[in-house]
Order: sequence, then C-alpha cells, then structure tokens
Amino acid sequence: MSDTSLLQVQDLSVSIDNELPILHNISLDIKPGETHVLMGPNGAGKSTLGFTLMGNPHYCVTGGKIFFDGEDITDTSADKRAKAGMFLSFQNPYEVPGITLSSFIRNAYHAQTGAPVKLLAFQKSLKAAMQILSMDESYADRDLNVGFSGGEKKKAEILQLLMLNPKLAILDETDSGLDVDAVRTVSKGIEEYQKKKDGALLVITHSTKILESLHVDYTHVLVKGGIVHTGDGALVDEINANGFERFI
Amino acid sequence: MSDNKMAVADINHSLYDFKDIENEQDFYRMEEGLSRETVLKVSEEKNDPDWMREFRLQCLDLYNRIKMPNWGPSIEGLDMDKISSYVRHKSDMKGKWEDVPEDIKNTFEKLGIPQAERESLAGVGAQYDSELVYHNVRDEVAAQGVIYTDLESALRGEYADMIKSHFMKLVPPTDHKFAALHGAVWSGGSFVYVPQNVKVDIPLQSYFRLNAAGAGQFEHTLIIVDEGADLHFIEGCSAPKYNVANLHAGCVELYVSKNARLRYSTIENWSKNMYNLNTKRALVEDGGIMEWVSGSFGSHTSYLYPMTILKGEGSKMEFTGITFAGKGQNLDTGAKVVHQGERTSSVINTKSISKDGGIGTYRSSVIIQSTAKKAKASVSCDSLMLDSISRADTIPGMDIRTNDADVGHEAKIGRISDEAIFYLMSRGISEEDAKAMIVSGFANPVSKELPLEYAVEMNNLIRLEMSGNG
Repeated sequence: MSDTSLLQVQDLSVSIDNELPILHNISLDIKPGETHVLMGPNGAGKSTLGFTLMGNPHYCVTGGKIFFDGEDITDTSADKRAKAGMFLSFQNPYEVPGITLSSFIRNAYHAQTGAPVKLLAFQKSLKAAMQILSMDESYADRDLNVGFSGGEKKKAEILQLLMLNPKLAILDETDSGLDVDAVRTVSKGIEEYQKKKDGALLVITHSTKILESLHVDYTHVLVKGGIVHTGDGALVDEINANGFERFI
Repeated sequence: MSDNKMAVADINHSLYDFKDIENEQDFYRMEEGLSRETVLKVSEEKNDPDWMREFRLQCLDLYNRIKMPNWGPSIEGLDMDKISSYVRHKSDMKGKWEDVPEDIKNTFEKLGIPQAERESLAGVGAQYDSELVYHNVRDEVAAQGVIYTDLESALRGEYADMIKSHFMKLVPPTDHKFAALHGAVWSGGSFVYVPQNVKVDIPLQSYFRLNAAGAGQFEHTLIIVDEGADLHFIEGCSAPKYNVANLHAGCVELYVSKNARLRYSTIENWSKNMYNLNTKRALVEDGGIMEWVSGSFGSHTSYLYPMTILKGEGSKMEFTGITFAGKGQNLDTGAKVVHQGERTSSVINTKSISKDGGIGTYRSSVIIQSTAKKAKASVSCDSLMLDSISRADTIPGMDIRTNDADVGHEAKIGRISDEAIFYLMSRGISEEDAKAMIVSGFANPVSKELPLEYAVEMNNLIRLEMSGNG
C-alpha cells in the first residue's frame, strides 16, 4: 500500500450479520486532506460502507482489508478506530437520555486524547463551534439528540466533528431531510473542517446540495454494492444533471 | 353456622397457645429459631422501658404465628433457624477487618472510602471521623430545636412518650412476619423530631452515625416532622454494607404533619448475600408533602415497597426509585400509595436495570379510597435489560374507588440498544464505558434528585456494577 494513504480499502466485501451480502470488492484510497464523494441510488450500500468503515459489529467483512494510517483496522473495534482519527456522522443519530450533548463531547474528547479536559477552554471552543453552526447554546445542556429536530441532530453531528477534529470524517447523508438553510449551515461547518483543519472527507450522499461549497477531489459511484465508476469533482455535476441512469 | 366454625377455630387456637414454659422455649428454638429468652435478653441489654419489653414479647408471639410470605421472590436461602444467633451476635458482632470478604474490600477501595470508614461500614470499626461530624451536625440542628439521636436514648429521654405513641403504629407488627420479627428484636436506628415551622437547611445523614450503637439489620428509624416544618433525611450510602448475618429487617416510620415536608433519600447497597426485607411507611397529613428517593443496589433478594398514606386533604407524595439487579440477584421493589384525603396526589417514577441474569421486578400498588375525591395518581416505570439472560417484570396494581380520579400509568421495558452503543463507541468511547454511560443516563432522573456527592457515588456504583466488580 501507498505510504501516503490515510484510508485504504482493498477488495472489501461485506454482509449484514453474516447473512445478506451487501458490498462486493470495494477499493478506495483516500489521502490526507482529500475529499471523496460516494454517490449512488437508494439501496446501493452507501450507508453499509460507512458503518463498515467505522466498525459496526453487525456488518461483517467477508473479504478484503481496511487500512487506516498504515494500520490494518479490519478487525478493530469502533472506539479504537475513532481514537486513530476516524469519525462517522450518522444519518440517524441516536437519542441518549440523561447525558448532555456537552458532556458527551467532553467524554469523547477525553476518551480520544486520554488527557484531562480543561473545562473553560473546552466550553470556549464548544461555544465557538456552535456559533459556526448557528446552534443555540442551550443545546449544549440538552440530552444528546433527545427531542432534537432532524436539522438539529445533523448540526450536533457536525459539532462533534469540529470538536473531535478527526483525520477522516465519513458523512453519511448529512444533508438528507434538511431544508436549504440548514444545508447551508451544515456545509459551513464541513467547510471549516475541510479548509481550516485540512481534514479528509468521505461524503456519502445522493444529492449534491451539500457539495456546492466544498472542493471535491474524487467522486465514486456505488451501484448494487460495487463501485462502478470513479471520476473527479466534475462527475458530481454530471450526476446532478443526468442522474445515475448511465451507471445502472 | 359460621359463628360455630369461628368458635371451634378459637378453641383450637387456644389449645396451641397453652404450653408450659419449658416446652414453649423448646418449641420456639426448634421450630422458629427465636426464643423468648433471646428477646428478653435484647430487651435487657437495651434497658427497655416495661412497655417496650411487653411489646417485644407480643411481637415474638405474632412472629411465631404469621406465615412466611409466599407471593414474592424465594427466601428459602434465608436460614430462619439462625435468627436467634443473628440477634445474639448483635452485641458482639464486631469482627475483624481480615474477615470481611475480599469483594467488599475491593468495592470500598474503588469507591475511595477512607479505611476508618470502611471498617465502620463493614461493622468492624470502632471510632472514625464521621462520628465527630455527626455530633457537630447534631449540635447545629439542636440549636433549632431539632432532636436527632439514636432511638434507644430517645426511649429513655424527654421524648419517651412521643416514641411510645408512634413506635410501630404506622407499621404494626401484625403487618407481616418480618415486621413482627423487627418488633421483637429491633435494635439501633435514628429518631428525628423537627418542631413546628422549623426548616432544617442541611440534610441529616444517618451515614454519619452508622457505627453508633447497633446500626445493623433490625434498625428502626422514626421521624416526626411537625406542622409546617421541613426536613431532608438521607439514609445509607453507596458503600456496601456487610453483616455477618444475612437478614436485614429494618423498619422506617415517617410522620409528616400538616403542611410539613419530608424528603427521605436512601441508597442501599447490601452485600450480595443479604436478604433485605425492609418496611418503610409514611403518613401524611393535610397539605403535607412526602418525597422518596430510593436506590436499591446489592443484596441477594430484596422486598422493598415504601408506602405512603395520603391521609390529609391536599397531601402529596413523590417517589423516585432505581433498582439494579446483577448476577444472582432478585430484587422485588416498588412503591405503594393509599389516597384517603381529598385532592391528594401521587407520582411514582421508577427505573430498573437488570444484568447478567439478574431479576428486577417492579411491583406497585395505588389505592384510591372512596373518600379521596379528585385524587391524582401517576405511575411510570422503565426497565432496562442489559443482556438476553436478565429479566425485568412489571406488576403494577391499582384499586380506584372514586369516579373522579385522574390516573395515569406508563410502563416501558427495553433492552440496551447495540446501535446506541456503536454510536457512542464511534466517538472513541470504549464498549464498557458506552454501556455505563447509557445506564447512567437512564438512571439520571434518579441521580439528579440526590445531593451531588451521593449522585457521584451512585454513578460510581453503577460503573462498578457495569464492570462486574460491584
């Protein structure tokens, strides 16, 4: 494998709970700071790839390997992948009663760095990140995702992205279900991560709105569990205009 | 006909009651394990007033007659033949630190409890710093006219009559076998009296006087909050309480007078061999408020249903409880409320967690009597199972005798979600910590009702239970 790869996926095949095969022979190579877009029609297996890369135990790797930062992480648990610098923004983030958004992020930050969290500095940077996302400060003290609207949940995901500052962020349908304004706000957060922090991105989407303000290096088209085409950023516009028809 | 039958039954009964003293003693010892001699000895050691000695003997008689409960978790492992020795051990139970089981010592270690307190909590210590704190607290509240003392001294002091007129009036020894047992051999416990309109600012904590005479397995707590007064009383702590004997049959009686408020918080963490058969009851007068916060950890088997009688018009009660049943534990807990007065209201919120094959049963009873016009009652119980071998049951009972009651009931039983665990893990949190966070979050409505240091202790305890080291 290349020394400069951040994420390298080699011939990955995946089934759910060892029964239903979903993905076949997927290969990807993402270098630090690059932005890759994964597009494809509904049911192609896009979210499955996101979950598999992050280490959801229900998704079983039946073939191939995943390397991150030069390490084979194919059998590594999700928490260790996060500590290595991976992040997944969930399409449907879970509601966890009894733990506030702010204390959740603080716990995650502590778990990843192992260092004690300096409370004042933490609160300051949380506040700044919430401002970028136009989030009301009161959300910091609300229970994680409980009673959040769809848009607020997605903003809370991007807030975690900005606070945890991973090397690679996988965004699973972060724009789905959002109105135009919310997409713009969320994009601002992603842009901040991409440009200021030089973070690598794998953006899973079947629309293109979220990509308007991002520089895209590669576009992959996933159909029926396999990558059928890879192109540059211009492919996004083509798909936007003509849909997936020619890949199916 | 029925009168005749009654008469026959009476005669038969009296036949059994007539025994000569020698045989009777043998009977007690052989059949039930608790003798008149033992009870008299306890009474003598406590320097009981005459009425208390007589009361103990009546209780012993009831104890011998009342059958074992047969509706809850099995208590077959409870060695009733040893009751006598449990009681006798009372005075010389102080063992050696070396004899305290290793898991208990480890838990003390993990909860960060100082050695002196550990020894005291394990029933082997003599003096420790908290004793001093207790005396300071007592002196401070005494300035407000509050009486806070152990029950034995209270029985011989200025408040002797008050104790006589309240002791086991709310929980009569006829209630059940273990109430009768308690009446016969009770020892140690607290007495609190808050005079009219006195608001006690600091919570009184029985924890501070755990090593004061006889805090043990038959302790009696009697609290009287007079009109317009306000008190928060905290019993127990998160540290495991270890006793040589494996039966706890305590009794708590709480009297909340007109417009008074009492908050009674307990975190109990008995050692895992313990049969915890505890009886707690509160009587609330007009406009009074009773608030319970109850955490049940530890023990082998628990029967615990704090009961509130809303006697007075407009009286209120709120019960917030949590139960954590781990491996080998069968915890049957809940609450009971009787609405008697008009416009009385009650809220019961409970959380139950079961893990590693533990059984958590929520059992409650809401009774709205015909006198309780416009009563309001709301019950909500959530159970969380952490794996597929654990068990959660919900047995809510309601008996409503009015037609204008406003009653709500909500029960949820669920299993911890793998997807939620994965979500937390995807942020770098280990699987164990993710589960502990979800469970702590589930328990949060209870911990936020506790004073900070207890909430922290309870979260530590949940963490320990989650890691299987509780």
